[in-house]
Amino acid sequence: MTSSLILSVITFIYGFSAALYVASWIFKKASIGKAATWITLAAVVGHVAGILLRWVESYQMGIGHAPLSNFYESIVFFSWTLAVIYLVVERAYQNRVIGAFVAPIAFLAMAYASLSPNINDRIQPLVPALKSNWLIAHVIACFVGYAAFGIAFGISLMYLIKHSGRDRNSRLLALFPEQRLLEALNHQMIMFGFLFLSIGIITGSVWANSAWGSYWSWDPKETWSLITWFIYATLLHARMMRGWHGKRLAYISIIGFGAVLFTYFGVNLLPGLHSYSQ
Amino acid sequence: MKPKDPNSPIARIWDFFSSVRLTVVLLLTLASTSIIGTLIPQNASPADYFQTYGPFLFRLFSILDIFDMYHSWWFQFLLLLLTVNILVCSLNRLSGTWKIVFRKNPSFDIDRFRKIPNQTVFTDSRSMDALKAIYVPRVKRRFGYVRMEDTEKGFYVFAEKGRWSRLGVYTVHFSVILLLIGALIGSFFGFEGFVTIPEGEAQSQIHLRKTGDVLPLDFAIRCDSFHVSFYESGTPKEFRSDLSILVGENAVLKRSIRVNDPLHYKGISIFQSNYGKLPPNIITLNLVSEETKMEYRKELSAGQKIDLPEGAGTFVFKDFRNRYPFRGQDLGETVIGTLIAPNGNSEEIVLPLKFPGFDRMRKRALVFSVEEINPRYYTGLQVSKDPGVWVVYSGFMIMILGCYITFFMSHRRLCIEVTPKGNSNRVLVTGTANKNKLSMETVVSKITQDLAA
Repeated sequence: MTSSLILSVITFIYGFSAALYVASWIFKKASIGKAATWITLAAVVGHVAGILLRWVESYQMGIGHAPLSNFYESIVFFSWTLAVIYLVVERAYQNRVIGAFVAPIAFLAMAYASLSPNINDRIQPLVPALKSNWLIAHVIACFVGYAAFGIAFGISLMYLIKHSGRDRNSRLLALFPEQRLLEALNHQMIMFGFLFLSIGIITGSVWANSAWGSYWSWDPKETWSLITWFIYATLLHARMMRGWHGKRLAYISIIGFGAVLFTYFGVNLLPGLHSYSQ
Repeated sequence: MKPKDPNSPIARIWDFFSSVRLTVVLLLTLASTSIIGTLIPQNASPADYFQTYGPFLFRLFSILDIFDMYHSWWFQFLLLLLTVNILVCSLNRLSGTWKIVFRKNPSFDIDRFRKIPNQTVFTDSRSMDALKAIYVPRVKRRFGYVRMEDTEKGFYVFAEKGRWSRLGVYTVHFSVILLLIGALIGSFFGFEGFVTIPEGEAQSQIHLRKTGDVLPLDFAIRCDSFHVSFYESGTPKEFRSDLSILVGENAVLKRSIRVNDPLHYKGISIFQSNYGKLPPNIITLNLVSEETKMEYRKELSAGQKIDLPEGAGTFVFKDFRNRYPFRGQDLGETVIGTLIAPNGNSEEIVLPLKFPGFDRMRKRALVFSVEEINPRYYTGLQVSKDPGVWVVYSGFMIMILGCYITFFMSHRRLCIEVTPKGNSNRVLVTGTANKNKLSMETVVSKITQDLAA
């Protein structure tokens, strides 16, 4: 399978771009940062080519389906979305330090998908429960949401680092965006992620109703996605109505992403309906 | 909506529920308690729980309804509190928002705009009238509502858009209430049950999942046939039941259902849930005579008695088992029959499908083996009725729409004040937005460039 090979190579390109973003931040070299942007862009293009090729390969194997059907494919899609959203943010805010905190997430996710012995990267046929048009909508919405939360997580880390930096003018913090901007960006990413998480939960729920005859059955994955939703809903209300800001919101954003990770990885350790996505 | 007397008990309750602090507490409590039910499997058998947790924890968890916690009184109570909280908060703020949104001429206070930190100033040497003619249409390009008024020496332009987007958050809250109403309708007027039907048979009653009670239906479901197919790797590819809906003796509807493709009849939905194998009705036996080397084939159904060739007696197809332990080994699917010799002696005959030579061990004249079985399946169906599902689905759609409006649209107001200054004019551009203030700053600077050009 050529697509798996392409995606493995892409993993290293992400690693390289992440290293460049960090280097450009630490050594304050704008040229390295520019290179990092172009390399990330190349990785994103190669990445989508790998995903599309995997789609084609599945048809060649006679079990054609969108490459969004198992754990491996979902992580691959997550990293791609994360990289795309990041590039948009970088372009809009013209700041590459964020890349030093976000690009490693894309790299680590890809590395985990490609290298972990527990993850099967073969193209598998769809079991009956997955044969639904809701599959694509559900997976795309969830992982776009997760990717946005991933970026919010990286930005919240930056906020906390900037905030705790005793010397506000320290060399490393100088290139950070202003706190105000980091905070606004965190909030924007969370609103974006929340909309998509809601769509993801809703499409999953409609799908469950057509597959099993019940739109909500409190299975662990459903429940954890709702827990994640509650956490981000808390953040949105606390900020909007109670004027919470700064460190508090950064912490909730980090806890929220922890819940995302548990929904994604931890729940597979628990029994439930989503067991096929292991 | 708020009660008049601030000290009355109703006013206090109202105040309690109108606080967003309560919302934050409730959301975090719901989030953290929900974790419990994902760690402790729900609705398992009491015996399993007792074994896992021991007598003390078992008692404690039973009292707190932890084994079915999402339907427990305290969890439902938290949901109820959240609902009241959402309602009161929304009603409390709605009247204010309503006044802003539904008014013909938006109010506009120039002094407030002068104090806004988000502002730019430039000078424009063109004449006052020329500026009016240029500014108004340029602002109209970006804003829906534009109003120009003359002041003592100059003029101002006031513009705004997205006023109605202030209603977005109420839309989201309304959708949450709809979800809860839909869920309530479902739990009061709906049911969830299951039924297993062997191929060729019909059932008109189902078992309810919650209580295990039997519920009779107005019609019968007949399983005409069931099909399962597998991929080469052995994972299942498709489960399909060909069903008929029978009213009296008539089949009023015939349809195949698959996973993700249910059947709906008179508000009741039938889903493919599971399947299983039944003992075959008909088997084909192969008999080989050791003496004459003749081969015979006999077809017989369950319980049927047949005469054997060469005067060897009679044979009854007594039983079929999916497993048959033999000397510590499982022989798999096995037919069990009784052979009655002409002298009246009976003997049990064991015929594992996987080992056709197994019967040779008896060392008799006639060697039995099973040539073919007609496997029979039963289909497991989920049968449910949920009249609240459309309320829930409308809630879903309204929620998506409401989130989009709330997060990505805002009420933006812009003010341009022009006052003469020496030979030229001083132009002040300011703007506010109820949300996403950073992007309003961009809008103000873009408009400024636009006007100065």
